[in-house]
Amino acid sequence: MDRNEMKNYIAKRVANMLHDGDVVNLGIGLPTKVSNYLPEGANIFLQSENGFIGLGPVPQEGQEDFRITNAGGQCVTILPGGVFFDSSTSFGIIRGGHVDMTVLGALQVDEKGNLANWMIPGKMVPGMGGAMDLVTGAKKVTIAMEHTAKGAKKILKECTLPLTAAGQVDYIVTEMGLMEVTKEGIVLREINPEYTVEQVQEATEAKLIIADDLKEMQV
Amino acid sequence: MNKVITIDEAIDKIQDGMTIMVGGFLGCGNPHRLVDKLVEKGTKDLTLICNDSSFPDYGVGKLIVNKQIKKLIASHVGTNPETGRQMNEGEMEVVLVPQGTLAEQVRAGGSGLGGFLTPTGVGTVVEEGKQKIEIDGVEYLLELPLKADVALIAGQTADKFGNIEYFGATRNFNQLMATAAEVVIAEVEEIVEVGELDPNQVVTPGIFVTHLVNGGAI
Repeated sequence: MDRNEMKNYIAKRVANMLHDGDVVNLGIGLPTKVSNYLPEGANIFLQSENGFIGLGPVPQEGQEDFRITNAGGQCVTILPGGVFFDSSTSFGIIRGGHVDMTVLGALQVDEKGNLANWMIPGKMVPGMGGAMDLVTGAKKVTIAMEHTAKGAKKILKECTLPLTAAGQVDYIVTEMGLMEVTKEGIVLREINPEYTVEQVQEATEAKLIIADDLKEMQV
Repeated sequence: MNKVITIDEAIDKIQDGMTIMVGGFLGCGNPHRLVDKLVEKGTKDLTLICNDSSFPDYGVGKLIVNKQIKKLIASHVGTNPETGRQMNEGEMEVVLVPQGTLAEQVRAGGSGLGGFLTPTGVGTVVEEGKQKIEIDGVEYLLELPLKADVALIAGQTADKFGNIEYFGATRNFNQLMATAAEVVIAEVEEIVEVGELDPNQVVTPGIFVTHLVNGGAI
């Protein structure tokens, strides 16, 4: 798979984790692609932390309204049944446990469910935006990312970068497999048949626990 | 009662060294005409409370590029490289706050609360120097309210008393900041007579608004 195929593969698997009626917040970048593969016939409510539920696709050229933008500042649309609100309500929804799943990228994630995705000291300090609230408040936190950063390991024993939140990550989905973070450590539950278990372990610093009923990736 | 003033009169309410809040999210819902006028006037050494520093050529981002900000309190600055440069070179102090915490700090400031407890930031650098309080086995950070001398907000339609309706995703921090400053100046696209707005559709009650500026459709 080339990088683009990998990203779509990851997005497809994450989309299959969603259920009818779920309220979901998708981060910028790869996680946004999840919206291209939502399960058919299911009502999934996409929340945009800048203040609405019912996030729709990017409008056709010439149809943009600069008053309706997503959390990345890009012009989008709102679906029928959608609703706008202020930032306090938006984050009440997020911290209050009314978001079923948030999907974000990561710089690093570790076997304790710690996540680092908001800064690299001395290099990149963009600010945490809504990420800390989302990771702390959403019922389930799913990390959607390429397994390594050009070979550099990202799934670690312990994060070395400043944390976004401690112990909040539930799932990690990469082009290699689907992993669940448990008290015992990271369990490999599904694997992309293009890779062997050994190859997945080799690309991962944390020691993987291999599920007894390890399945093929459900894409 | 008629609260409508000119844009020049509005910007004269802001003095060097003041703390200002500006509504908006990456420029969406920034009061663009007021910001442009503030850039033109060059009022300096301001403390700016805003969700983000937008883009260098859009909305509040221009205030950063024009070096009018001494201290910025925001949740995200990644879309404006000039903010990063001034931060790294010590020209501007930047306090980064989780977005939900920032929204609630403004809400607390405007609604008479001494602070609030949030789980966001526990176990991260955000907790440094803050009081931790445990309730029913869960750790929270005590976060304090934020207030400003002047808030600049943007709405869609207002009556002359300052009752405001919003459009789309522009509500974001505007609705909150309208409650948390000594002087609140609202820029709206259309101003109508008192009685013309449906009270069921008004989001910001006019009692919060000090002055109104007719921005016209942008």
